Amino acid sequence: MRAHYGKVTAAFAMISALALSGCSAGGDSSEARGEAAPCEASDGPVELTFTTWVPGMDKVVDLWNADNPDIQVEVQTGPNGNSGTYQNFFNQIQAGNAPDLGQIEYDALPNFRVQDGLENLAGCEGVADAEDQFVDWTWGQVTFGEEDAVYAIPQDSGPMAMYYRADLFEQAGIEVPTTWEEYAAAAEQIKAEGSYITNFPKSDVNWFAGMVWQNGGQWFANDGESWDVNLTSPESEEVATYWQDLLSEDLVSTLPSFSDEWNASFNEGQQWTWVSAVWGATTLSTGAPDTAGKWAVAPMPQWEDGGEAAGNWGGSSTAVLKGSEHPAEAAKFALWLNTDPEALALANELGGLYPAAKSAADLESFAGGVEYYGGQKIYEVFSEASANVNPDFTWGPTMTQTYTDVSDGFGAAIGGSGTLMDALENGQQKTIDSLESQSIPVSE
Amino acid sequence: MAAPATAPKRPRGGSTTAQSAENRGRGPRQSIMSRSAAMLVMGVFTLYFLTPIWWLLTTSTKTGGEITSTAPLWFTANSFATFFENLGRLFTYGDGLFGRWLLNSALYAGVGALIGTVIAAMCGYALAKYEFRGREAIFNVVLSGVLVPATALALPLFLIFSRVELTNTMWAVFLPSLVSPFGVYLARIYAAASVPNELLEAARLDGSGEVRTFFSLSTRLMAPALVTIFLFQFVAIWNNFFLPLIMLRDQVLFPVTLGLYAWNSQISQIPELRSLVIVGALVSIVPLIIAFLALQRFWSSGLGAGSVK
Repeated sequence: MRAHYGKVTAAFAMISALALSGCSAGGDSSEARGEAAPCEASDGPVELTFTTWVPGMDKVVDLWNADNPDIQVEVQTGPNGNSGTYQNFFNQIQAGNAPDLGQIEYDALPNFRVQDGLENLAGCEGVADAEDQFVDWTWGQVTFGEEDAVYAIPQDSGPMAMYYRADLFEQAGIEVPTTWEEYAAAAEQIKAEGSYITNFPKSDVNWFAGMVWQNGGQWFANDGESWDVNLTSPESEEVATYWQDLLSEDLVSTLPSFSDEWNASFNEGQQWTWVSAVWGATTLSTGAPDTAGKWAVAPMPQWEDGGEAAGNWGGSSTAVLKGSEHPAEAAKFALWLNTDPEALALANELGGLYPAAKSAADLESFAGGVEYYGGQKIYEVFSEASANVNPDFTWGPTMTQTYTDVSDGFGAAIGGSGTLMDALENGQQKTIDSLESQSIPVSE
Repeated sequence: MAAPATAPKRPRGGSTTAQSAENRGRGPRQSIMSRSAAMLVMGVFTLYFLTPIWWLLTTSTKTGGEITSTAPLWFTANSFATFFENLGRLFTYGDGLFGRWLLNSALYAGVGALIGTVIAAMCGYALAKYEFRGREAIFNVVLSGVLVPATALALPLFLIFSRVELTNTMWAVFLPSLVSPFGVYLARIYAAASVPNELLEAARLDGSGEVRTFFSLSTRLMAPALVTIFLFQFVAIWNNFFLPLIMLRDQVLFPVTLGLYAWNSQISQIPELRSLVIVGALVSIVPLIIAFLALQRFWSSGLGAGSVK
């Protein structure tokens, strides 16, 4: 602390001389779009900071620090991205004191890209060659399809499948649905039994996006010049109409996701299925402990008979934030963090991450059966789903706003005013407005 | 949280017992109707404010699974054991991080409120007792500071602290906590009312310096107001959330509010945090309750006395 005394006085001086002079703490202006900066190693020992909210990440980083005395990484944890950490990143990038590395979810990456908050790592040693090590679609998420560009290293992913109550389906003599058509039929039968087939999560718009993703839909596209917004494509409409029908006939419940009543509903057997991501396995086992051993996992129901498409819900990357003085070392660390088997195993054990690296399938943690799911080797289902996720899905640069607007519309639709499709149409317009108000070019 | 809820009630309820007894004798008798209506309104509000705390208490005696599967406002059979088990896990999780957060909060709020009170008292006293050019202008500027929400200042403060490389240090939260425009306002009003000019003249004639007069004479007369300022400031800093959220990255520096928030945002990933957040929230309000109960006496007499004169 003593060393800070001078600075403290300075801070006092600054505050008293406040006068709020706009304080435009400007960083260096951005380099041209899409050009990979030369990425040279620094001389001598380097210290990096890494902000994440994955629990236990400090223990994983300890492994690295023990083996790499010249590149020491300090882990800083905070609330999850949308709860404040992203906003902090933007503030810090603006002020020029952002951490070297930050955890960023795939759906937030375009926002950082548009605001020029990411270092292009394509020129860094080993990064471009790492493409083969990651599941195809995750690599697409960190390159945005740009040439000679890698803006982050994929960390984890959330391939989706269907959790279902094997015991209840068997007792009731209902076939486990493999298509969405069968799923709707099963919903009616289950309603007749006095339960719901599932819960419609009105505020998890990224779940809905996962459904559209499975159906081959695209919400955003970027041709390098401008953004194309398309929340209302035929694929989106098909998904929206489908769930709207289930909602209108009261075949699905509408509890707030992950709330206590939501947990209770699963725990008491009111919910027969949950179409969710791989990380949902732990959510379920802790939220509904009384139903242990009764669940099983099957691939997502399909839009076309015999199809294999899967959606994705969640997942994040390790990005090197703009202004880092040591991008080469940071990239080296990020690659290790997300490919080293020991690191991946520990991150899964402590933080519940399902790695984006292809080698995940070989990890011991994902090899065995899971007791809660009746001993089923559930990760085989997810690993297969992961390979079937459409690699071209693109997120927009203002997802927080899009989520809020669509979610508001979903809430209204559930309350009886409008439909899910109306919500998407409104979200579409609001998103275009929001992009235009930030001077981000939109193609009509 | 507790301050705005209880603040308006105190002066009416506890402060002026002697005076209200007098009123009852002299003034028109209250009808039974209006009295019971008043009781009803107060009862409803008391229930409204206390139910969440009651929920917090009962829920902190449950395991993660029991939260959803048992009656929300009552205990379970083994509540007692579970409560201490939860407490144990709270203070051991993440290498005792929660204890560290409590200490941080105590430091930010305790020391911050103490120094903040001294500064506000000196400032308010000077504005009340010394005549100088621009006095009213300064007072008005300070007063307008009351109107600016602290949240709005957080981002500019962040940019300033970034310039002097003090973000992510204790100072980043501590320094902005020292100023309290409301405290200055209260100190001025109270000093004007409770410190007689004649007394100051007498002290001057006796050869006491201005600083000595302030610390040995005026602060005693202003004591009730100072306690009020301290309490307000303590609660404000303890509950401050946005500033630490923006300033701090290292969770070892977090105050308890931000720490609990960070845990809460991770519940979907680590569901075992759910019960820790609840027990943690209960523990985090205990210091506030203690501070209120301990200082309540001074505080109520302070507000009351100020209002009479």
